Amino acid sequence: MAQIVIKNVRKEFGAFTAVQSSTFTIEDGEFFMLLGPSGCGKTTTLRMIAGLELPTAGEIYIDGEEVSQKPASQRDIAFVFQMFALYPHLNVRKNISYPLVSQGMPRDKVRAKVNEVAEILGITGILESPVGGLSGGDRQRVALGRAIVRDPACFLMDEPLGALDAEFREHMALELRALHDRMGATTVYVTHDQLEAMQMGDKIVVMNHGVVEQFGKPQDIYDWPATTFVAKFIGSPAMNLLDFDGMVGNGSTSVNLSETKVDIPQMISGANGTLTLGVRPEHVRLDDAAGFRGRIVASEYLGTTQIVTLDTNHGPVKARIGSEVVVKIGETTGMHFDPRSVTLFDRANGKALISKANHEVLSHG
Amino acid sequence: MAEVLLQGVSKSFGPTKALVDLSITVPDGAFVVLLGPTGAGKTTMLRMVSGLDKPDRGEIRIAGQSMAGLTPAQRNVAMVFQQYSLYPHLTVRENMEFPLKSPLLKTPKAEIARKVGEVAEILQISHKLDNKATQLSGGEMQRVSIGRALVRNPSVYLMDEPLSSLDAKLRADLRVELKSIQANLGATFIYVTHDQIEAMTMATHVGVLDQGRLVQFGTPRDIYEQPVSIYAAGRLGQPHINILPANIFGAAPANAVSIGLRPEHILQGQGHDCLVKRVEHLGDQTRLHLSYSNADLITVTDAHTSLKSGDIIKIQPHRPFYFDGAGNRIA
Repeated sequence: MAQIVIKNVRKEFGAFTAVQSSTFTIEDGEFFMLLGPSGCGKTTTLRMIAGLELPTAGEIYIDGEEVSQKPASQRDIAFVFQMFALYPHLNVRKNISYPLVSQGMPRDKVRAKVNEVAEILGITGILESPVGGLSGGDRQRVALGRAIVRDPACFLMDEPLGALDAEFREHMALELRALHDRMGATTVYVTHDQLEAMQMGDKIVVMNHGVVEQFGKPQDIYDWPATTFVAKFIGSPAMNLLDFDGMVGNGSTSVNLSETKVDIPQMISGANGTLTLGVRPEHVRLDDAAGFRGRIVASEYLGTTQIVTLDTNHGPVKARIGSEVVVKIGETTGMHFDPRSVTLFDRANGKALISKANHEVLSHG
Repeated sequence: MAEVLLQGVSKSFGPTKALVDLSITVPDGAFVVLLGPTGAGKTTMLRMVSGLDKPDRGEIRIAGQSMAGLTPAQRNVAMVFQQYSLYPHLTVRENMEFPLKSPLLKTPKAEIARKVGEVAEILQISHKLDNKATQLSGGEMQRVSIGRALVRNPSVYLMDEPLSSLDAKLRADLRVELKSIQANLGATFIYVTHDQIEAMTMATHVGVLDQGRLVQFGTPRDIYEQPVSIYAAGRLGQPHINILPANIFGAAPANAVSIGLRPEHILQGQGHDCLVKRVEHLGDQTRLHLSYSNADLITVTDAHTSLKSGDIIKIQPHRPFYFDGAGNRIA
């Protein structure tokens, strides 16, 4: 199995820079997510790890060996694409056997290996079936089987669940993760779906416009975003971002929004000018006694919880509160932000200001 | 705007029964979301109302008037499909003006411009109004096709998964917008989706369809809190409701075969020992995959829980659902 190190990797296509200068490390056995919107460079990064694209600059190490300029065939990896391309004229067994047969493995060994993989994936019953009549899920399992059967050092997956419908995607996500936990192979997985990334990943890299915005554990990234982009991209609904003019310095523990004092974690950096206060919807509590006020404009029922949208002097604020609370559209109320969870950003560059709450998470990335 | 009534509507395609004796009243000004997996009959029902398909049996009335024999155009309905179909040689503005320019309507020019501008604003495509339809991204094209329906003033809007091709952020924005458009216009909407968030947040009424039959009709809260069956209970709620053998946690009502537990039906810290198999930090909450007896279940807990896989926690059912052998709710 393998550790993968990406060091100052850059990729240009003519005048277009797909990846600026990425640096991060994927530890041996990790389930690692490359997350971002379309065009952010995540697939290009994956293809460079695979050897399907060669970087313009920088180094890629797989298990200590520098491979950035080596072709895909000389790297011990297996790639699973979004559009699983199976050989339509072959049955399931022959599809899975293909990579082994083409390596020249003896027939009885191929047979044993394919049986073992089919067992892991729960597709023993369809091994002799043609791939034509299979469901989407079974086709994806066969595609996975073809990747697993080679015992590669790592798996690279490009939105492998993207083509499946919502209910089934959830199921396959669990199955993939369980498979990974059994096999322990390093897996690099590309997705634009933040929930999928949170749910499956040990670590996440968030990319935007070819730049690594943040790298770390899912809960850390969710709680302590390094940039306003991450704050908006992770979480549904996204983090509330309220612009205001103000100043904070070392030791500050509050800011003023529309002449109302709002508590924040103790700052260990300073900024002056237009700042952005970030607070997650579940850390907003409706409290008529609170000084910061807004008008309730919408309530969306979600079963256990509801999302209440309020208009404030600093833009809309969404609060996630219990669905048993009765809210009246049109009414004005106060809002309390849990001070332990607040992040301040410098509006000019979108970067988080360092406080006692987030410095541990942000200092390593 | 209008009430829509279906009375005993059946439709088969060859041997496949798409709708079976379906009766439903969509009140004037309601936002009805039809839920069900592929093949439940959602789209077929929309097509019946629109006039694109004819029922084998039964009657459809819009605003009290029978629709038998009327063409889609005569019914004054606006339909948005999952797959947008725009006029590729026209600009966005011309595409959106098109329904208003119908000689039947005689809409004044200034009124057309005002209406198109207003709808474009809501759908966040104002800056693209003079682009050719073919120069747009998929999400933008879909917004134009929604816009083409919204500029009109039909008796009912019929929408078939109109947001499914959009990205998450835009989908969330348009959910709120569509809902407020509907509420402000007092329009009647019949809306088909796979997405339970859309159903819960937008619907005044949810119709749960199962193999061409309407199995429950009520507010999202009714369906979530008082489902009539395992099937209906499974339509809403994330994580999915846990369905386990009825007596797994002790005595169950007579005839009960399954117990249904949503996360809020599971008290933590008391009761039965459970093994934590996997912990998923989703940010705002954490999902626990638990193993108890020979069953697996999923519940949610605090975002910053210190629980990890291999821990043992206690859980206790709290006002759960019980279902009989046919999956119908008995308690």
